[in-house]
Amino acid sequence: MPRMTMIEAIRSAMDVAMGRDDNVVVFGEDVGYFGGVFRCTQGLQQKYGRSRCFDAPISELGIVGAAVGMASYGLKPCIEIQFADYVYPAYDQIVSEAARLRYRSNGEFTCPIVIRMPTGGGIFGGQTHSQSPEALFTHVSGLKVVVPSNPLDAKGLLIASIEDPDPVIFLEPKRLYNGPFDGHHDRPVTAWSKHDLGEVPEGHYTVPLGKAEIRRPGSAVTVLAYGTMVYVAQAAAEETGIDAEVIDLRTLLPLDLETIVASVKKTRRCVVVHEATLTSGFGAELVSLVQENCFYHLEAPVARVAGWDTPYPHAQEWDYFPGPKRVGEALIETMEA
Amino acid sequence: MTDNPSPLKFHVPEPEVRPGGTPDFSNVPIPKAGSVDRPPVDVDPRTIRDLAYSIIRVLNREGDAVGPWAGTLTDEEQLEGLRHMMTLRTFDARMQMAQRQGKTSFYMQHMGEEAVSCAFRKALNKGDMNFPTYRQAGLLIAGGYPMVDMMNQIYSNEKDPLKGRQLPIMYSAKEHGFFSISGNLTTQYIQAVGWAMASAIKGDTKIAVGWVGDGATAESDFHAALVFASTYRAPVVLNVVNNQWAISTFQGIARGGSGTFAARGLGFGIPALRVDGNDYLAVHAVAKWAAERARSNLGPTLVEYVTYRVGAHSTSDDPSAYRPKTESDAWPLGDPVIRLKNHLIRRGLWSDDRHKQTEAEILETVIAAQKEAESHGTLHAGGKPSTRDMFEGVYAEMPAHLRRQRQKAGV
Ligand SMILES: Cc1ncc(C[n+]2csc(CCOP(=O)(O)OP(=O)(O)O)c2C)c(N)n1
Ligand SMILES: [Mg+2]
Repeated sequence: MPRMTMIEAIRSAMDVAMGRDDNVVVFGEDVGYFGGVFRCTQGLQQKYGRSRCFDAPISELGIVGAAVGMASYGLKPCIEIQFADYVYPAYDQIVSEAARLRYRSNGEFTCPIVIRMPTGGGIFGGQTHSQSPEALFTHVSGLKVVVPSNPLDAKGLLIASIEDPDPVIFLEPKRLYNGPFDGHHDRPVTAWSKHDLGEVPEGHYTVPLGKAEIRRPGSAVTVLAYGTMVYVAQAAAEETGIDAEVIDLRTLLPLDLETIVASVKKTRRCVVVHEATLTSGFGAELVSLVQENCFYHLEAPVARVAGWDTPYPHAQEWDYFPGPKRVGEALIETMEA
Repeated sequence: MTDNPSPLKFHVPEPEVRPGGTPDFSNVPIPKAGSVDRPPVDVDPRTIRDLAYSIIRVLNREGDAVGPWAGTLTDEEQLEGLRHMMTLRTFDARMQMAQRQGKTSFYMQHMGEEAVSCAFRKALNKGDMNFPTYRQAGLLIAGGYPMVDMMNQIYSNEKDPLKGRQLPIMYSAKEHGFFSISGNLTTQYIQAVGWAMASAIKGDTKIAVGWVGDGATAESDFHAALVFASTYRAPVVLNVVNNQWAISTFQGIARGGSGTFAARGLGFGIPALRVDGNDYLAVHAVAKWAAERARSNLGPTLVEYVTYRVGAHSTSDDPSAYRPKTESDAWPLGDPVIRLKNHLIRRGLWSDDRHKQTEAEILETVIAAQKEAESHGTLHAGGKPSTRDMFEGVYAEMPAHLRRQRQKAGV
């Protein structure tokens, strides 16, 4: 089976989807001739022509608004926002339009669009190339939110998102583009080519939205994670010697509650981790669901590890990032509680 | 109703030439230096619509300063302007190299565009405020902001005025009329208009200057700025630096069917000028004209600087993937440093020897500043801003939840 980086897997997903369905169009800033600043759309314009893959003016509002209009015509736009940090000008089009079009028109108009965007920090990108805004989207009724953590999932989830009848926010942890980064920034990262999840089928397949995956089976404590934090959590488990069960949520909305509840009822302890800021983060929703569904099984308070409630700093990046040490401390506290 | 409608076609603009092709700017009309009229500042905007489609130029091919826009600067000021541009270029070269050496994470240079921010700065008064993008460091250099402080910011070291919080080159220098740079494009443009409105509301005499690149004019903030500036006749100069490229995207994608970026102002009733951005004297003359309009309660002016981004977009970019390598050599407006240098030589105020000597002096000054900055640390070595600094300044007063988080972080 071919080996792919996450970038290649994402590109392959769009290639497959465009090949199967003429209605799939791809556009965004620098995505046409150049193939995107992270090269995720490289070669697509050459292969499918300028009507199917093209450069957009620098207007995120324009990109999303145009996609909503195209979708209401019957196209299936898969659009790129250059960095998640730049999605805010488009927020009204996403929240008031894309998310609610089906509901308010009683299904007369629908919005099958995918909004891809690189998310997360760890590249010294400062406050405008590092944010994780997933909670701003999970809070909106009508949106689905996907966060892949490896090439195999990224391709299958992206094809599923493009084929989905509703708008999907597809967040790509940019620190994972080239390998499974575990938060140890001073160590080299294994390339995807040397990792099982870097083996990606060439053709069409999907990973269904709403299904989590257990990355590390364990019995002592359940760790709920997604994106980069999946690897950070696994590293923390190895380093503390705590037999944590690490669940990669993959889709935040719809959420695979069954897998979560079964695991927490088994381990009786739970730690929730994300890179986004703590307050009102998606972790708050997870903790709430865990206590609603597993309260009588819990032996310790559910802990959260997240980015501090500050803008993402530049120089202090690794003091900000919730790395294996902080996750490990939470594991130990939860075991000792 | 048409009986036999023909199929519609989807149009996507493309640059004339891509890598492998021969650069060709022969379709870019370049009016002769001195050929564009200089109207009085209180001109009726409806009568100067043609200025949005021409290019105001002062320095001609021979190096003479000609026409009605010439003569706004003394000899000393012109010599100083040359020095500023040379300093910015040297500063860029050193910082670019420092980034390559791993001393910082990121850098963006001005190569080819030095005249725009360096000359514009000389038309401003103390108290005026720029709302810049990341490509106007000439405002700081020409305004006398210490280079060491710029470098401290770039290195995110212990003396960084922004405490390591911001990406390199996202300076903030209020005392020097330089608003905090945002990484989010075009947000500053409407803010410039708001600042100018405030100056008018308070009956002050200060004016604001908004800056944006060709690509970023596509953001809605640009259009909001033009509406507000037009409606409230705000004392603001609205600058568009058209360097032909927005990362890999040529200016035609943002400009669309409009002939020029300046022409965007016409529908708003805002006087709009286009100027040779590689001509220090022309940039200054137009800046002075627009600033005078703002100061005289005549309202906003939109100015498009026609220039060329010679370097890569940033240290993360490689332009050979999307434009011919030799495109900058074919750019018809030349190099701003060489053009002013040749003019000064022609007038007997300068010489090749003095130029070389000055280059060496500047290099020495920049290296000295760099040594000093590096003694306070670079991104990965030496003195750093503290982790405590990361928690400060989110609010005027730190709320309890953040204090708890800081304690948890152990700082
Ligand atoms: C809201 C937003 N969208 C996208 C970006 C990414 N980005 C940074 S610079 C740039 C190109 C800007 O080009 P232009 O306005 O022409 O300025 P130049 O870099 O040429 O000076 C883009 C797309 C951003 N910083 N902010
Ligand atoms: Mg540009």
